Amino acid sequence: MCCMAQSTPASATNKSEVLTITTSQALRTPVSEVVRKFKKQKLAVAAGLFVLLLIVAACAAPWLVPFDPEDYFDYDALNDPPSLAHWFGVDSLGRDIFSRVLMGARISLAAGLCSVAIGAVIGTLMGLLAGYYQGWCERLTMRISDVLLAFPGMLLAIGVVAVMGSSMANVIIAVAVFSVPAFARLVRGNTLALKQMTYVEAVRSVGASDFTIMLRHILPGTISPIVVYGTMRIGTSIITAASLSFLGMGARPPTPEWGAMLNEARADMVIAPHVAIFPALAIFLTVLAFNLLGDGLRDALDPKIEQK
Amino acid sequence: MIPTLMLVVLIVFLFVHILPGDPARLVAGTDADEATITLIREDLGLDLPLPKQFLRYVQELSHGNLGRSLRTKRPVTQEIAERFLATLWLTLSSMAWSVLFGMAIGISSAVWRNRWPDRLGMTLAVSGISFPAFALGMMLMQVFSVQLGWLPTVGAETWKHYILPSLTLGAAVAAVMARFTRASFVEVIQEDYVRTARAKGLSESLVVFKHTLRNALIPVVTMMGLQFGFLLGGSIVVETVFNWPGLGRLLVDAVNQRDYPVIQGLVLLFSTEFILINLLVDVLYGAINPSIRYK
Repeated sequence: MCCMAQSTPASATNKSEVLTITTSQALRTPVSEVVRKFKKQKLAVAAGLFVLLLIVAACAAPWLVPFDPEDYFDYDALNDPPSLAHWFGVDSLGRDIFSRVLMGARISLAAGLCSVAIGAVIGTLMGLLAGYYQGWCERLTMRISDVLLAFPGMLLAIGVVAVMGSSMANVIIAVAVFSVPAFARLVRGNTLALKQMTYVEAVRSVGASDFTIMLRHILPGTISPIVVYGTMRIGTSIITAASLSFLGMGARPPTPEWGAMLNEARADMVIAPHVAIFPALAIFLTVLAFNLLGDGLRDALDPKIEQK
Repeated sequence: MIPTLMLVVLIVFLFVHILPGDPARLVAGTDADEATITLIREDLGLDLPLPKQFLRYVQELSHGNLGRSLRTKRPVTQEIAERFLATLWLTLSSMAWSVLFGMAIGISSAVWRNRWPDRLGMTLAVSGISFPAFALGMMLMQVFSVQLGWLPTVGAETWKHYILPSLTLGAAVAAVMARFTRASFVEVIQEDYVRTARAKGLSESLVVFKHTLRNALIPVVTMMGLQFGFLLGGSIVVETVFNWPGLGRLLVDAVNQRDYPVIQGLVLLFSTEFILINLLVDVLYGAINPSIRYK
């Protein structure tokens, strides 16, 4: 926590002082410490690069795909195994699996990133308000969280889809809804602790508004657990979104969503297992990358963990 | 806990009212005339003011009446009762093996920290939380049922039917338990009292199982409670893959066919179970750690 306090703008240092330190010895800021600790974890760095590559590939997917993922049918190659022309093989309708998996990355990444972003923003605001003002605001927020947490995540998501109808947008909302309470609790706990710190008292004594204190002085202190939790949550969200599509409650065929592709592949599993293997691998590797990245970020951001 | 449960009941009650469309029309079917719909609306009490309807709903609930399925016209309680045990056994068997294996992996990872058992265990664990259950189920079924022919594919008749679904359902939980046990264990094993135990010459197994495990178990038990919710949710997916005659598949069918009374009943049941399990976890705390006592 103490390192976090230093990173806030509250610690206004004399410019010349900083300069002399930089020239005399390597400046060790909290940020450079985090980068140094993160770089030491080769696996997490590799996972981070993989995630970056995936995001770039997903953005460029419409120009990268060798065949149209939905409207190209090769009727002479139904269920063909991987070949030079079709890297991941062909599915039971004659569509190129590589193109479909690549396009599917757009959907799964969008679902994972959007739902966690929505959940994190709403949850963080709720947690900040609850932790800072306490009183009825806290009771209300925590009661809502309790009720949302009383439903198993998947069930809540299915409930939302049952009410709003099955579509990918609704799946994102459904997954976001069950991310909110977890973020709210996390941020509330940190806010309660940071609120008691001397630097917050100092900021308040010079007349900063509640709004400024919350957003500029407490939020930065709680940002690292949010980032760590959020990264891990993206993996879970991708799995949940794919599960919903697998159950027929999210993206519908012929949309190249990974979960929906696996559901379509079930019928021909015996004669053409490769149709299922590639989308399954895509989900696995994507989620694995986010989880490894989250692990690495946690170890780098947690000042309590000091590795030899 | 009771207020949370009441709020859950309220949300489940409101569920039908926030749905698009008229519930009475849904019950009556597409080709019913206005008179029939009005009759059904009165019969279901949908013409009453909302608070009155809620009271009526709670009254019915206290008599164990969850309404009738739109699809089969049978009482929802009967539909649930027929499938309850299949899901319960599946969940319990998954929980049992995953806690056992998860904790074993977690403990050995912590004891041999940064050595090969740790690396192997944690690689398995991070893969376990990254592999979606439905994909794992499909792969297991393909290998062990279709290609090797060792185990049955679908159904829930013998103990052999339980192996693949409970492996699939428990894999993620085992992985989470392993990671969590390791983290908790590593923290405790660095405590002074563990050093004291070693210093007075206790055997390593006594140090690990008596002095460390019990103290490391507290956060692990919390996690177990949370994972139960995950299992309840996961059973929905796994039951679809293995065509399991349980509650999860009933829910998926009900959602696909818009059978609202069944959805309502199942959501209520699942969340009540979840809340009860969390209560049980709180009670367990006291048993494991006598220093935690509730006022």
